[in-house]
Amino acid sequence: MSAGWTVIWDFLFGPFAEFAFMRRALVACCALALGSAPIGVVLMLRRMSLFGEAMSHAILPGAAIGFLVAGFSLPAISIGGVIAGLVVALAAGAATRATDQREDASFAAFYLIALALGVTLISTRGSAVDVMQILFGSVLAVDEPALLLLGAVASISLLVFAVIYRPLLADGFDPEFLRSVQPGSGALYHFIFLGLVVVNLVAAFQALGSLMAVGLMMLPALAARYWCRSLITGMLVAVLIAVLSSYCGLLLSFHADLPSGPAIVLFAGAAYLLSLVCGRQGLVLLWHRRRHLEA
Amino acid sequence: MTTTSTQSAGEIRLTDVTVAYDRHPAVHHVSGRFAGGSLTAILGPNGAGKSTLLKAIVGQLPVAEGRIDRGALKPRDIAFLPQQSSLDRGFPISVLELVLLGHWQRAGAFGRIGKAGIAAARAALSAVGLEGFEQRPLSTLSIGQAQRALFARVLVQDARVILLDEPFNALDARTIADLLALLQRWHAEQRTVIAVLHDFDLVRQNFPDAVYLARRLIAWGRTDQVLTPENQMAARQMSESWDENAPLCAVDDHAGDHHRHGRAA
Repeated sequence: MSAGWTVIWDFLFGPFAEFAFMRRALVACCALALGSAPIGVVLMLRRMSLFGEAMSHAILPGAAIGFLVAGFSLPAISIGGVIAGLVVALAAGAATRATDQREDASFAAFYLIALALGVTLISTRGSAVDVMQILFGSVLAVDEPALLLLGAVASISLLVFAVIYRPLLADGFDPEFLRSVQPGSGALYHFIFLGLVVVNLVAAFQALGSLMAVGLMMLPALAARYWCRSLITGMLVAVLIAVLSSYCGLLLSFHADLPSGPAIVLFAGAAYLLSLVCGRQGLVLLWHRRRHLEA
Repeated sequence: MTTTSTQSAGEIRLTDVTVAYDRHPAVHHVSGRFAGGSLTAILGPNGAGKSTLLKAIVGQLPVAEGRIDRGALKPRDIAFLPQQSSLDRGFPISVLELVLLGHWQRAGAFGRIGKAGIAAARAALSAVGLEGFEQRPLSTLSIGQAQRALFARVLVQDARVILLDEPFNALDARTIADLLALLQRWHAEQRTVIAVLHDFDLVRQNFPDAVYLARRLIAWGRTDQVLTPENQMAARQMSESWDENAPLCAVDDHAGDHHRHGRAA
């Protein structure tokens, strides 16, 4: 191998070959990508692209309680986060259905309450550093148990997603039809799906932080929409974009000594912007109208 | 739900049915009978409760008072095509997948559809004149083509009772003619077909029976006896307004059986 190739090899793969924490970080991000990118596609289709953002704030009080009880322990923070997220999702969903309000309005109200509660709880004991750690995470600190947790969450989440796939999409596509053939089932699958969103966000908690986790969920999904007509290819492309962004982000954070979470999400954002400009319905094709066909 | 021995298959009986929104009746004391295998149009001015009545028959709206007797019909025996607005036409779904949804009552949320099911969906697509559209995304279809595809889904549902809410809105003459032919085919197959419509001429030419609603029932029977000038005058008398301070309904029904829709919260 010539010297030039060695330099390139070292730049692209050296960090992962040399350091176990880089390998673990990459595997962690791949698990997150597999679990959450398809969920992002469905969120977008259900016009809930901002929902992940709201939920990422909603899990904060639970995580804070876990943190106050057990310190920076991943299981405690995760369990607290999942509980808080599910409580907010159920409360908002129930308020929406019982009082005939819009879902986004109820979610806004409940997640804001949760967020304020979470920040208050953390401030009673922790310092600003702790808050930063919860909000922004550190993928480079992922250890073996955390990796197992991420792998388990991704596996279970994909399985559940596969099981509820048909009714979930039918409810998003034509809710009245689903109501006419299987009354009452739409809400059930909707809540299971919200549970999946919460669990995936919490899983991404330590690796990316609650704020950045949404980036890996939504940005690849939004980018994939510009390339794919069918749903399945859209999900596959979303996962691919998420994995590639993770790899590039980790590499950038290693070489340029930047925080890894934002670097990963920035690459996902770049993928989105690139799709926006060059994609199938992107700006370039919009400006450069090709001549129409005969029929 | 009781089934009288005289009831024919696919028959739906309404007994003094009232459906209310927030206690205000949208369908008021309507009684009548859709015979099994009948082809009936529901007519009436806007706000007359036509869609409400359909939704009550499907079971999507609770009946405030009275009874809807569906006989031995199960939910799976009723196919309901609501007004088109409820469906997300930008959803990345192919025309074939849309039609395959019609198998829901048999395959359910998890069951296999299989080769025979796909063949049935293709046959339905060619029956509505959409051959070759199987792989087209729904978003590329015109309104008329999308309505044809929805009719194909109803075909696949293979239900004994078919309810259609304004199925011909915004369609051109040729599409309407094709879809009317499907309605006649269902009628010939002894299915009970009920459609909410606005076009009197179309109803006169194609529907043997008609129901004229103006919140209360104006007339129910053979179409030529229902669509009379007198009945049209009566329907126009219906006030569209919704009186905030309306008193409790005073129509006295069967002895001692008082009006719940006037009192329920």
